Amino acid sequence: MSKVDENKKGIKGMADPRRYGIERVAYLLMRLSGLGLLAYFVAHIYETSSILQGKVGWDEFLEITQTTEGHIILAIVIGMSVFHTVNGIRVMLGEGGVGVGRPARPDYPYTAQSQNSRHKIAIYSAIVLAALAMMYGLAVMFGE
Amino acid sequence: MALQSCLVNKMRESVIMKIHYGTALASIALVAVHILFRLTQGFAESLQYENVLANYQFLPYAGMLEIILILLSIHGFNGLRVILIELKQGKSYEKSVTYGCIAAMTIVILYGSRTIFMTSMGMN
Amino acid sequence: MASDNIQVSQELSRVRTQPKSLTLRISRFNPKTDSGKRFVEHKVPYEKWTTVLDAILHVKNNYDHSVAIRYSCRQASCGSCGMKINGRPRLACFTKISELNSNVVTVEPMDNFPITRDLVVGFERMFSTHKKLKPYIINPESEITPGTKEFLQSPKDVENYIQFANCIKCGLCNSACPTMATDSSFIGPQALAQAYRYVADNRDKGKDERLKIIDDSHGIFRCHFAGSCSQVCPKGVDPAMGIQLLRGYLLGFRS
Repeated sequence: MSKVDENKKGIKGMADPRRYGIERVAYLLMRLSGLGLLAYFVAHIYETSSILQGKVGWDEFLEITQTTEGHIILAIVIGMSVFHTVNGIRVMLGEGGVGVGRPARPDYPYTAQSQNSRHKIAIYSAIVLAALAMMYGLAVMFGE
Repeated sequence: MALQSCLVNKMRESVIMKIHYGTALASIALVAVHILFRLTQGFAESLQYENVLANYQFLPYAGMLEIILILLSIHGFNGLRVILIELKQGKSYEKSVTYGCIAAMTIVILYGSRTIFMTSMGMN
Repeated sequence: MASDNIQVSQELSRVRTQPKSLTLRISRFNPKTDSGKRFVEHKVPYEKWTTVLDAILHVKNNYDHSVAIRYSCRQASCGSCGMKINGRPRLACFTKISELNSNVVTVEPMDNFPITRDLVVGFERMFSTHKKLKPYIINPESEITPGTKEFLQSPKDVENYIQFANCIKCGLCNSACPTMATDSSFIGPQALAQAYRYVADNRDKGKDERLKIIDDSHGIFRCHFAGSCSQVCPKGVDPAMGIQLLRGYLLGFRS
């Protein structure tokens, strides 16, 4: 039996957050931050293993990471972890049914209760907190 | 590997996701402590060899690092597994993604544990 | 006087605006003969009340009767005319041209559904997935055999599920879902919301059966609460709410 072309939009459809509001943007950022943090985590495990080579090996790695580029990457990692954490808590609670509203007889204009201001505020808070954390991190790293 | 295969075949998705959420919540507090340790002395100073070595040789901290390693490996590689099985479907593809993620998770945990154990026991 | 009436009607005809016109871009694709989609443009007049369906039917009536489109009730109750309008899944009969705020309206078949022709898509997978979730009351007792009585349901019991019963199976939610964009095996927001409709119905005793079906690697946990399904639902079903409430049973938030 020939395979039916499902006309799936593909990765472009999954990753395109336009036209659906901030919740879809949060979904995309959650995926991107998760992948970014996983990549950083693996690199961090490898990087910190240089301590087994003694002070010489450790200092060699510090020369790579304690640079302007290294600090900027670390600031991005800080932003990603704060966003992923705060938004993750929102998603965990939402996925358990918390803050999604109560079922009721729908009436025109049929506004969806689950797309409420509580979740929108939580998403914007996650973005703002991530930005603040990044600024604090940059201040600490470049301030020394 | 046989045990892992059994676990994978028998584990319902709800159990896997409860572990995913549980590891996330547990690692929030522990990673916060890990980061705060770097801010107590002054960021650059806290990264000096002697200070890092002292952290590893403080056994409760080394234990905490080990727990973070396991929690974040499980959470991260399960997240990767979810993204990959959503991108493409098929029995053999999904099996290889699942086993691949378990293998990668195991390798990262073993490699990181090696660093923690050897350093905390003064073998560097 | 007659001359006053003539003067008034002349003034009125000056004040009454001429119908505006827009460019309607329709996606044309016949999978049996064409290699890819192409867009055909037509100038269509519209008034304040003209819907996208009216505009497409104007093209069919006046320019090209071969445009394939599925429609029926014209009042957002049959779910036939779902399509992508200016990049977002909507019902053509429920979308007024004036609310699109654009002189160019692009209509395409819904994403994540196989294209039959032009704007018509196939619903086989959506219906078969819906059937898998057992969309009927499961209750070993019967209201029909002698000696039994009717199932009792208070207005409060009805409120628990009635919004999910509003589903018209238009498929807009499945089209908007980011997981459906890449995952062919995902159950989809429509079927999951319908699963909750029956789980929330106090006459139903099939909760455990349905939870077992959705507790799968391509089941309810492939929903990540992006909420796009609820954003596009034309009937206020709010499938995202239903899915999260249903997931609450599996995660232990509800029993």
